[in-house]
Amino acid sequence: MTCLETLQAYAFRSLGYGERLLPRSDFTLCDQFVLIGSGLLWNIYFGLLAIVAGFFFANALAVAKTSARPWLRRPANGFIFVFRGSPLFIQFFFAYFLFLSLKSVSPVFNLLSSAWMGALIVLFLNTSAYSAQIFYGALCSIPKGDIEAADAYGMSGWVRFRRIMWPTAMRLAWPAYTNEAIFLFHATTLVFFSGFPAWRQQGDALYYANYFADKTFNPFVPYPILAFYFILLTLVVITVFGGINSYLNRHLPRDRRQKVKVRPQLIR
Amino acid sequence: MRPAIFSFCSDPASLDTVRWLTCYLSTGKHMAFYMSFATVLLLLAITAPLALAFGFGGAIAARAQFAPLAWLGKGYIAIVRGVPDIAFFLFFVIALDQGVEWLRHQVKCPDWDEPIRQGNDFIVCSVAKMPLNSAPQWMHEIYGFTLAVLTFAIVFGAFAANVLYGAMRAVPRAQVETAEAYGMNRHQSFWRVLVPQMWLYALPGLSNLWMVLIKATPLLFLLGVEDIVYWARELGGSKTPQFTDYPHPDWRMWYFLALLIFYLAFTKLSEVVLDRITRRLSYGQATVAGAAQRKGRGKGPGTGSGNEKTEGTPA
Repeated sequence: MTCLETLQAYAFRSLGYGERLLPRSDFTLCDQFVLIGSGLLWNIYFGLLAIVAGFFFANALAVAKTSARPWLRRPANGFIFVFRGSPLFIQFFFAYFLFLSLKSVSPVFNLLSSAWMGALIVLFLNTSAYSAQIFYGALCSIPKGDIEAADAYGMSGWVRFRRIMWPTAMRLAWPAYTNEAIFLFHATTLVFFSGFPAWRQQGDALYYANYFADKTFNPFVPYPILAFYFILLTLVVITVFGGINSYLNRHLPRDRRQKVKVRPQLIR
Repeated sequence: MRPAIFSFCSDPASLDTVRWLTCYLSTGKHMAFYMSFATVLLLLAITAPLALAFGFGGAIAARAQFAPLAWLGKGYIAIVRGVPDIAFFLFFVIALDQGVEWLRHQVKCPDWDEPIRQGNDFIVCSVAKMPLNSAPQWMHEIYGFTLAVLTFAIVFGAFAANVLYGAMRAVPRAQVETAEAYGMNRHQSFWRVLVPQMWLYALPGLSNLWMVLIKATPLLFLLGVEDIVYWARELGGSKTPQFTDYPHPDWRMWYFLALLIFYLAFTKLSEVVLDRITRRLSYGQATVAGAAQRKGRGKGPGTGSGNEKTEGTPA
């Protein structure tokens, strides 16, 4: 096969389009690049949806955590503790088997045990907890003067939160939140190694990289390809989040703006 | 059949729930399950100092004046960024294994003329196999565990190097200048002044790393070690009366719930202990936390700005 044919056959293999059988022998560099890139679509899918949905839930959780009312604060604290205090890998396993037993109770839950739904839910809850902790920290570190100024203008309650507290908190939280987004994309590689089955060999980038490493017994080609793709993905995330960051900081003098710094944090 | 620990376990089918559970939870396989918790703790106990050593080496290399060495150190730190960590785990286990076998092959079979990579196979002469095919099972297990420890140490070493490199630069410059004014050379001022002082600055990052390390231990499963995840899957799966005295439906959910609780308890405990150490180390130091302790109002660190806190607290 030429590389163009490979591209046609395998570019969307991870979604179930194109050639049904994976390449079995004579793996070319092109095969590996195309198939691993195809798997990356799943990583983007999981990461993007979890980040977007998690952002809203995390904000709600962070506000609940700052609340003076115990019936709001305690559940938020507990939720954040459970998801931040245990490994994501174990959370995936537990959730998968929980979904399996739910499935045997009622067919309503059938969808949950498939990776695209079940793993997305776990990732969503997980990133919500981590982001909520970041937002909570930011809400706690809003300068006192800002709040006093808002009070002096006669703002209170929802208006004060929406116009003063929330934008400031987002601005303060954004560098840390950028890191959270990067780690979330990295964490999506765990999905197909933690119980959730890859239906008809439709897996993510690491799934295919592992497939090639197993078949060729040569880890020195597929994993660097995977690394290449993820470095690209990380750069895209940094660019997008950096753009939002400079938007959030647009009113500040240049030397007081916070820069986004990548601080790798490894496995969650 | 292994002899049961409790005498009343000879006929499990006739027992009531409590006794049945007692017998069930004390079978030989469950003992192996409990032992695998010790495996995890052993891994942590070996990996943590080893990763710290790797990190220290990496940080020193990154600070070196000799440019290629500095590139090596910085490259080691930087390469872990941007790439999913689990990919490193999967990569290093095979790469290390093949590296060891390749080296042994070069030493033991110098007149071997065939290529090592033939198509999809990696072929070394049989005396270069690691461990040898004839080796007993425990040798294979020890070897697998050693590879896992090395992998963890390499990956976490890069992170520790990042933390230590930052901590070395955080020590006030005046301290080193004073050391130089006393006539210490570069070597002396590094070991006598910089290193003893940097630990305080490294502690938040290192305690963060410890929490991350705890949460990385289930990945042992991917490295082929029979760890708690392996046993939880193994024991939890549904069992029919044909193969066991203790038939039960699919209980994997409950086993993983137990693991979840184990990790929650472990991270909570670590958090409390690390908090105490930080408070102890800040005592009398010229930092915000130290000053707060002197005024008698502070509870130690963690009263800083939100951003620092969220990044400093365990992930």
